[in-house]
Amino acid sequence: MDRARLRMYARAWTATTVGHTIPLLAASALLLALSPLTFPVVAILLAHAWAIPELYANRGAKVVKPRRPAADGPERTALGLLGDLVGHEARELHARTGLVMERGALGTWLVGEAGALLVRPGGRRVHCWCVHPVSPPATRREPGLPSADRIAHLLLALREDETGFATVANHAFAGARWRVRRRLDARMRPALDAAARQRG
Amino acid sequence: MARLIRMDNTGHTTVAEWTSADPEAVEAAAAALRAELDAGYYAVVTQGEGRAEQVSELPADAELVILRRPIAGG
Repeated sequence: MDRARLRMYARAWTATTVGHTIPLLAASALLLALSPLTFPVVAILLAHAWAIPELYANRGAKVVKPRRPAADGPERTALGLLGDLVGHEARELHARTGLVMERGALGTWLVGEAGALLVRPGGRRVHCWCVHPVSPPATRREPGLPSADRIAHLLLALREDETGFATVANHAFAGARWRVRRRLDARMRPALDAAARQRG
Repeated sequence: MARLIRMDNTGHTTVAEWTSADPEAVEAAAAALRAELDAGYYAVVTQGEGRAEQVSELPADAELVILRRPIAGG
């Protein structure tokens, strides 16, 4: 994964959105021109034109959706270690939003429990990645890890090799920041805003 | 006292402790690290905020070595 491939992914997602939306909008305009009585069908087409990009953005935002927490003791222990790994600003942001902000060469990352958001330089476009720690040596998900530990696993992997991290992770969505922000849990939105300001 | 810790379901577990002045403790920690690597864990040494290095042998002068699981997409 590199900048050129990220740009290609972004263009592909833009083309996908346009490809889904424009035909529906064009058909709506055509139907209205032919007969205003087709308004109910036009309304359905417009609803689809709006909903399809929203569903894609929702798929992207879901990668950082919080998982079920572990017991209090392990969560506290894991939180202590995560706190040691990040600076004051990132620690405070994590306490408020559940996401850890990390600057990288590709942009500013927001690392969650089972995925990460990458805010590209300029702050307008966000890439969403689905990735999680697995039990060695198998590749099954590890359900028992505390929330902060899940984030620490991903954060360390990201710090070791940013492009490798983005290569291993599944690319779930790329699109406008405002579109992803709208689908994010309200608690997490300030983290996206803060990440955009880093490169803004 | 330097530590080798493994992130797991308890938050984390201390696998070994050592000081560079104690060769036996260093050797025991190195053996413990090898066993964890064989089990599929990755060993990471943090190098300040934003940087980390994966290691395959115990860096005796490190303060903290963290064992993490592999990651996978999906």
